[in-house]
Amino acid sequence: MNDTIRDVVFVDGVRTPFGKAGKLFEETRADDMIIRCIRSLLRRNPGLPPERVDEVALAATTQIGDQGLTLGRTAALLAGLPKSVPGYSIDRMCAGAMTAVTSVSSAIAARQYDIAIAGGVESMSNHPMGEGVDPNPRIIAEKLVDPEALNMGNTAENLHDLYPHITKARADAYAVGTQQRYAAAVERLSADVTTMAARSTDDGWTVATADELPRPGTTLEGLANLRTPFRPHGRVTAGTAAPLTDGATACLLADAETAAELGLPVAMKMVGYAFAGVDPETMGSGPIPATEKALARAGLSIEDIGLFEINEAFAVQVLAFLDHFKIADDDPRVNPWGGAIAVGHPLASSGVRLMTQLAREFAVHPEVRYGITTMCVGLGQGGTVIWENPNFKGAK
Amino acid sequence: MSATPYATPLDLPDFEEEVVTEAHVRYLEPRGLGGKAALITLDNGYDHTKPSSFGPGGLKNLWRALDEVESQEDLKLIAVTGKPFIFLAGADIKLMPSLESREQGLALAQAGHALYKRLKDSTVPTFAFVNGVALGGGFELALHCHYRTVSTSANGLGLPEVSIGLIPGWGGSQILPNLIGVEKAAQVIVGNPLNQNKMLRGTDLVPMGIADAEFEGADFLEESLEWAVKVATGETAVERPEVDRSVWPAVIAGARQLVDEKVHNASAAAVRALDLLELAQTATFEEGSLAEDEALADLEAGPQFQSSIYAFNLVRALGKRPEGAPSPGLAKEIGKVGVVGAGLMAGQIALMFARRLEVPVVMTDLDEERAQKGLAYVRAEIDKLEAKGRTSRLKAAKLRALVSASADKSVYADCDLVIEAVFEELGVKQAVFAEIEPIVSEECLLVTNTSGLSVTAMGAKLAHPERLVGMHFFNPVAVMPLVEVIATDKTDDATLATAYAVAKKLKKTAVGSADRPAFIVNRLLGRMLAEVTGAVDAGTPIEVADVALDELGLPMRPFALLELVGLQVAWHLCQHLNEDLGPRFPASQNLRRMAEAGFPVFDAAAKGKGRLTEEAKGLIELGGEASSAEEVKERVLKGLAEEVRFMLDEGVVPSAKQIDLAMIMGAGFPFWLGGLTPYLDREGISTAVSGSPFLANA
Repeated sequence: MNDTIRDVVFVDGVRTPFGKAGKLFEETRADDMIIRCIRSLLRRNPGLPPERVDEVALAATTQIGDQGLTLGRTAALLAGLPKSVPGYSIDRMCAGAMTAVTSVSSAIAARQYDIAIAGGVESMSNHPMGEGVDPNPRIIAEKLVDPEALNMGNTAENLHDLYPHITKARADAYAVGTQQRYAAAVERLSADVTTMAARSTDDGWTVATADELPRPGTTLEGLANLRTPFRPHGRVTAGTAAPLTDGATACLLADAETAAELGLPVAMKMVGYAFAGVDPETMGSGPIPATEKALARAGLSIEDIGLFEINEAFAVQVLAFLDHFKIADDDPRVNPWGGAIAVGHPLASSGVRLMTQLAREFAVHPEVRYGITTMCVGLGQGGTVIWENPNFKGAK
Repeated sequence: MSATPYATPLDLPDFEEEVVTEAHVRYLEPRGLGGKAALITLDNGYDHTKPSSFGPGGLKNLWRALDEVESQEDLKLIAVTGKPFIFLAGADIKLMPSLESREQGLALAQAGHALYKRLKDSTVPTFAFVNGVALGGGFELALHCHYRTVSTSANGLGLPEVSIGLIPGWGGSQILPNLIGVEKAAQVIVGNPLNQNKMLRGTDLVPMGIADAEFEGADFLEESLEWAVKVATGETAVERPEVDRSVWPAVIAGARQLVDEKVHNASAAAVRALDLLELAQTATFEEGSLAEDEALADLEAGPQFQSSIYAFNLVRALGKRPEGAPSPGLAKEIGKVGVVGAGLMAGQIALMFARRLEVPVVMTDLDEERAQKGLAYVRAEIDKLEAKGRTSRLKAAKLRALVSASADKSVYADCDLVIEAVFEELGVKQAVFAEIEPIVSEECLLVTNTSGLSVTAMGAKLAHPERLVGMHFFNPVAVMPLVEVIATDKTDDATLATAYAVAKKLKKTAVGSADRPAFIVNRLLGRMLAEVTGAVDAGTPIEVADVALDELGLPMRPFALLELVGLQVAWHLCQHLNEDLGPRFPASQNLRRMAEAGFPVFDAAAKGKGRLTEEAKGLIELGGEASSAEEVKERVLKGLAEEVRFMLDEGVVPSAKQIDLAMIMGAGFPFWLGGLTPYLDREGISTAVSGSPFLANA
């Protein structure tokens, strides 16, 4: 038996355009969105015989209705993958797709799979946060979690409380910056955005080609007077939070030898990953311990990281991360092509968007050797994956 | 030409009952197009069970949508698609009977042309994204677009107009032959409608040259748009093979011959469609359109179309909800079926029940050898279904597991329904039920597949005659869509409801019949044959009598029908009807001699044509009174009218509608006759023979 660990590579990633919940994709099935992503992946990689896919791991936070029925399997079937290709569903709330990637990657490294598809979808139009949840009464009885922590906006306000130096003004400035970076990068991003048919009973069909949510003209003045919906006179506004979003992502992972055999491109090489827990009440700090853990395991330090793709659930949570690692709010290494505050955050699908975006950034940053994708997770978790840039031209 | 100017949709009066199809317009800016695309969605606001169609309102909506689209600047392509699973199912068929004059029909034809022409003449490239059902006017809309994509999962595509007495009159007869050649066009426009209205599937269109590209259903619209952008920008060139015009006259001549052979040119629509296809070789599009307008207006005003609509509605409405059926809620669950007999008919019935009900089916026969022979037949049929891909490997395995056979009738003990398919003789059938009744539960349905014996008499000795019901299937049972359901005076509602529920699960059209001799179809076909053989017995040469009904366009001539059902069976029926219904069903001695001949009566070389062998011709004895074909036709039609009146008076069926439905589904009588009684009514035969028409509104 060969017990050596193999290199895992990120071959390619795609996503649908992201739509505003209740708008563009309100009448579009979540499974159809991820099916479109899987089919696009297969079309973009014609060298991959579909029957060689060993696993389809798909994430959704709310696994009922069109996101239920073991989405990984049903979407694989409906996408036209051979019936011999298995699939399963996976959930770690916002880090669903990220966990799909780490799970199948571990299996690839351990020689259990050669090729896998991982992704996620969330129709927040049809599956709003908290749909159908039934929290255990012990959460309240034993004061395990402040019930308010089930609302993510409250946890963001909590972070402002905990880190008073992260002011609303800093959050607003961060949000303006990410909108601008997205706007500047939209053409480059579009290379990995597939078109998606969307029907409206009242208006007929359209084919979405672009993200619906970004507000390229966002200004500090515009953000200053927004309502703070989570707390009177609070600091978190719609302008500094990721909007409710519909969208799907999927990516192709392989071991390095199989990728070479099939002529599949290598966009990133996985270095390692970690997940970590924090207080649910300040779930936004999750990326901090997750990143420290991942770096430690990889034998790297934060200085080794040349690009950061951090999911912007809230500006405050990104700023907490940056402060912890002593990185400037406007450091060009952080979300250089914009983040979730601009593009949106369809919960379980966002992890793969971060990776797809990092892969593109790697391609134009041969001076960067390592990058991370990291995100916070509801109920107090963080997840971080460290990637190596195959285009790195520097001294190793 | 009419003096009024050429109509557009805006000139049409509204049709109150129209379910109006909207034409939603959305503008897209697809990558690489360098401008705007207009995507028009045709949608009547209902789900796929109510397909979108075009009446005046729908035509107007698309007209206005095109007005709006054409006013856009920087427009690079126009695409039309439909709601999920439906592109457009054509002109609203409910509208047709409301056309009060030829002028109104003409205006409707012109309006469709005027609208579709805009797609054809558009300076911006037009595309049809055929995502689903596209019939008649829907198919023609797609034909007018410059380019077509089709979903490989689409079903229900084609030009079925001829089947309801019309022609594809919104450009179909002119565009299609010039697109794919006249031979394939004749198949789509005439051949398929006359062949049980065969439809095309999505995967047929590209190979036939009708669509330019096909995409899978999963992301059909996205891929269609991507392709359309490439076509519009010139990145992808669409090449279509040159149509071979040299074969045109020969193909038309061949098609005319086929229509003559198949329906003896009785279908005015088929003949007219061929005229238009012929014209399409040389006519300009404008000339062709005008000819279509005239043909459509003529046919819409003609009797065949009215009858066809009547028949269409009969099959659609009455076929789904049989009249006289008790509440479906009373029906019992059928968990196991017994078939008495293991002969050919029994085997067919066993297989049909197993396929459609998916419950265990057990056959019995007199001894183990016959039972196993019957089972072997069923298994061989299952093998054939599997080999042809008509059933999956798994379903075939399931069917093999479901059907069994035995010589021991105790296997019926836990059946919920036992159907007999033994020899057509009352005594035999009575004996079968007498033997079975003590074995089965009191609740078990007893069903006879008799083709005309008295069901009441069959149940006379039963302890529980209330669970006896007749279900007369037609041969071959897997193919023929009709079942006659016969209740006796004693049959209870639960039994009758179950029989109808079973018929529905078997995917049959059920028509109720009173327990009268030969029920509906065999009685009328028997009367028809009685009149034909009567004419021959009286002195009319067979060659004359056999073609006398040609102009009706029945699926087969009388002697071909005799060949199909078998002379012994026909003679058996003849005697039986003579005994039960009297001398208007004479025991034809020519028929008797043919049935008892002991040598081949029909020419095997002309199988299915009912042509007598030279030897058999010697059996025919002609009397001294020869009739002309016209006289034979009149004799047959009067006979049929008389029989229909008797049947209505006897209460065989509640109305003439059930007779028409039964003749359409059981005997293949054509839509253009409306089955039977609309034709008898409009020819005045009903009134001449029985004092009044059979249908109040015909």
